[in-house]
Amino acid sequence: MSATTHDETHAHGDAHEHHDHGPAKGFMRWVTTTNHKDIGTLYLITGLIMFFVGGAMALVIRAELFEPGLQYVDPHFFNQMTTLHALIMVFGAVMPAFAGLANWMIPMMIGAPDMALPRMNNWSFWLLPFSFVMLASTLFMDGGAAAAGWTLYPPLVLQTGNALPFTVFTVHMLGMSSIMAAINIIVTVFNMRAPGMTMMKLPLFVWTWVITAFLLIAVMPVFAGAVTMLLTDKFFGTSFFNAAGGGDPVLYQHLFWFFGHPEVYILILPSFGIISSIIPTFSRKPLFGYSSMVYATAAIGFLSFIVWAHHQYTVGMPIAGELYFTYATMLIAVPTGVKVFNWLATMWKGAMTFETPMLFAIAFVVLFTMGGFTGVMMSISPADLQYHDTYFIVAHFHYVLVPGAVFALFAATYYWLPKWTGHMYDERLGQLHFWLTTISVNICFFPQHFVGLAGMPRRIPDYAVQFAEFNALSSVGAFVFGFSQLIFAYVIYKAIKGGEKATSEVWEGAEAHGLEWHLPSPPPYHTWTEAPAQEIISDLH
Amino acid sequence: MKKTLQLLAGLWSVLWGVAIAETGSGTGVGWGALNMPAGVTPDSHDIHDLHMTIFWICVGIGVVVYGILVYSLIHHRKSKGVEPAKFHENTKLEILWTIIPFLILIAMAIPATKVMIKVYDTSASDMTIKVTGYQWKWRYEYLTDGLGKGIDFFSSLDAKSNEARQLGSKIDPTTVEHYLLNVDNPLVIPANKKIRVLLTAADVLHAWWVPEFGWKKDAIPGFVTDGWINVEKPGIYRGQCAELCGRDHGFMPIVVVVKTEEDFKKWVDGQKAKQDAGKVDPGKMFTMDELVFKGKEVYASNCAACHGAEGEGMGAFPAIKGSKVATGPLSDHVKLVLNGKATMPAFKEQLNDVETAAVVTYQRNGFGNNKGDSIQPADIQALK
Repeated sequence: MSATTHDETHAHGDAHEHHDHGPAKGFMRWVTTTNHKDIGTLYLITGLIMFFVGGAMALVIRAELFEPGLQYVDPHFFNQMTTLHALIMVFGAVMPAFAGLANWMIPMMIGAPDMALPRMNNWSFWLLPFSFVMLASTLFMDGGAAAAGWTLYPPLVLQTGNALPFTVFTVHMLGMSSIMAAINIIVTVFNMRAPGMTMMKLPLFVWTWVITAFLLIAVMPVFAGAVTMLLTDKFFGTSFFNAAGGGDPVLYQHLFWFFGHPEVYILILPSFGIISSIIPTFSRKPLFGYSSMVYATAAIGFLSFIVWAHHQYTVGMPIAGELYFTYATMLIAVPTGVKVFNWLATMWKGAMTFETPMLFAIAFVVLFTMGGFTGVMMSISPADLQYHDTYFIVAHFHYVLVPGAVFALFAATYYWLPKWTGHMYDERLGQLHFWLTTISVNICFFPQHFVGLAGMPRRIPDYAVQFAEFNALSSVGAFVFGFSQLIFAYVIYKAIKGGEKATSEVWEGAEAHGLEWHLPSPPPYHTWTEAPAQEIISDLH
Repeated sequence: MKKTLQLLAGLWSVLWGVAIAETGSGTGVGWGALNMPAGVTPDSHDIHDLHMTIFWICVGIGVVVYGILVYSLIHHRKSKGVEPAKFHENTKLEILWTIIPFLILIAMAIPATKVMIKVYDTSASDMTIKVTGYQWKWRYEYLTDGLGKGIDFFSSLDAKSNEARQLGSKIDPTTVEHYLLNVDNPLVIPANKKIRVLLTAADVLHAWWVPEFGWKKDAIPGFVTDGWINVEKPGIYRGQCAELCGRDHGFMPIVVVVKTEEDFKKWVDGQKAKQDAGKVDPGKMFTMDELVFKGKEVYASNCAACHGAEGEGMGAFPAIKGSKVATGPLSDHVKLVLNGKATMPAFKEQLNDVETAAVVTYQRNGFGNNKGDSIQPADIQALK
């Protein structure tokens, strides 16, 4: 009896030691890994690759729009580019990158040894490469890829050739991946926090991700359902969206935007968390209004579910609907304003320094607020009757997504890269990347406000000659922006290869801002196998 | 860097404000294409004023927010040797900056509500026009007695723009008058009449938008949406489809010619006479050459966009050259043109019997198909 007990103990001990050996060698390490850091890295690299793929498509668009007339691509191919650019940037670049940051940082930030569901974590990642290969393959199918815009509105999307079922299946796989990642994050944060790490002590990045995860679980099934209805309308004779069969094409829009509006917050809430981590560190002050930040994030998450039809002001809703969605949408400005004011108050009377992460964070505050202003303008339904489906809208959502979400990802990368690699990145190149990116992003997107207001519709491959000047300028900005990102890739490569050794704290005073700064740089393969000391947690801001 | 940050923070909003204030009303061109036109209808004025009000409120908030940020960036730097403060909350301040934005929003919502109620009031209109979106043209039907009832025509991109916009056309768009904003048959309406516009679509979603009229509205197959215009002064106003509707979404402009009531009446009479003259005796027999000649025109403006100028096809759109349909049984060919299939729209409402007969005959004998058969308009009628 006692021998058996001894054997069992021994077996456990062995398994434990085996883990401590670190990662397996070679390619299979990445295929079979259940380690949150490895999976985080995989997500981040995927996000970066897809950022370049989606970016190349954007450059096809901007090359065609450089001057009036059709120079390079057929309009049908142009429409495929706008559709795939958006799908890839949203689902391939930004979402996986945030999932990568969550995987890397959440366990380290809450003092957990790993994610709660490591095998599901592996599956959740590995669905992605197959999804994107399948999505990209639709470009070569009979009839080309989906060309109805990322919103996939019927009846137009039902004119897609063989690509439709593959596009729908891609959405299903991406949805499964996102839901699994979301469940994993919620379970991890709710169950695996170190003793003393209460919910109201969580770093804002963790909080924003938890709320994002709830949004994902709530809305991804709605999107999957809506596209499945497209599939049955096309192949199985149903008429959900076909008026001739008693259906309603606008129903799809309601379903889509019930997903789509929370989705845009899925893309921005983790950014808020990142910015709320970076600004205090480089201001050398605690975050101002921590609890109001948490409540504001929750409020934005809630409001995101009840404002969807502001994307549909022109479909002919009853006036009561128009007005309700106007008021509800305007309300979002309140919690978003609270966030911006809190960031300003955090910087106020701080002792700021301006390393690359901080530069991107400040640019985020400035330029995201620009997108916020145009957002308030668009929430006003009568004014949106003019703005809707013009380049003004294109400018707005690129301001919140590029200098918004993407800048937050740049900031996060520079901020945590020394932690991940153990090497400081090249600060001079980082600053060069920042300035080129920030100037070019404005040259690219700012003029789009003008042409949009002056009457240029979106999603057109060619335009009237009065819009030529600003479109040419915008294209120049886009190309500078696109090629500047090669610097970013190089900086990451260089930091992985070597460089000045990073301390565990990395940034002056960072230890007060999060548990991750108490781990060595780079952290060992397994971290917080023992819970962090109580004093460390209680000393956090 | 301080200077540049200031530039980033403050300059955008201020520059934009100045630039927009200077352009005033009217659609700008080139570097002047900066702002929403004030337009020529009551709705467009209201919407423009509302837009400018919200815009200036945003500029005001922007100046305060960016001002504070820039001040902080200049003065609260480590390089100035400052010690960071320790504060991290201030309940009064936090309540204040929750309530003030809320009040500003209410101040915006009140005028917005008033304008929306006016925009939605399509009652007591003087005349009604039905607009139907097709891939990729507009159809206009006049529904009001004494104001053109019975007039019904299609409006497509004009031939010059259409030629210039082809991939590799080598035609400089700046040499084409109103490039992409010109049509063969414009919508003609009287000035100073409240006109209710009914919108629907035959195939996919479209949206009817003339910026000078202030609003756009989706045209949805199977549903009717509406809006109203009352144009103050005669003139020509241009717009575009504003909802992605497929390959040639960018090439279905809207042109509205607004005439005085007298000129409008004259136009109605002329249009009716033209429409009657266009009605061909359905019993008339055409020769093969006549049909092929006419069919070539019909093909160029209705079929070539997808099937190619030489019937060579394009991606998902099959070639007509050597196709099974164009070289197969005549009645199947005609039925496909009349009723459409999958992506292909039904042409029975868009083309009259003569045009249908002509285009089918052309397709069967052009592109080297040389089928040698033809069909008469009367036979088309029988197949409908």
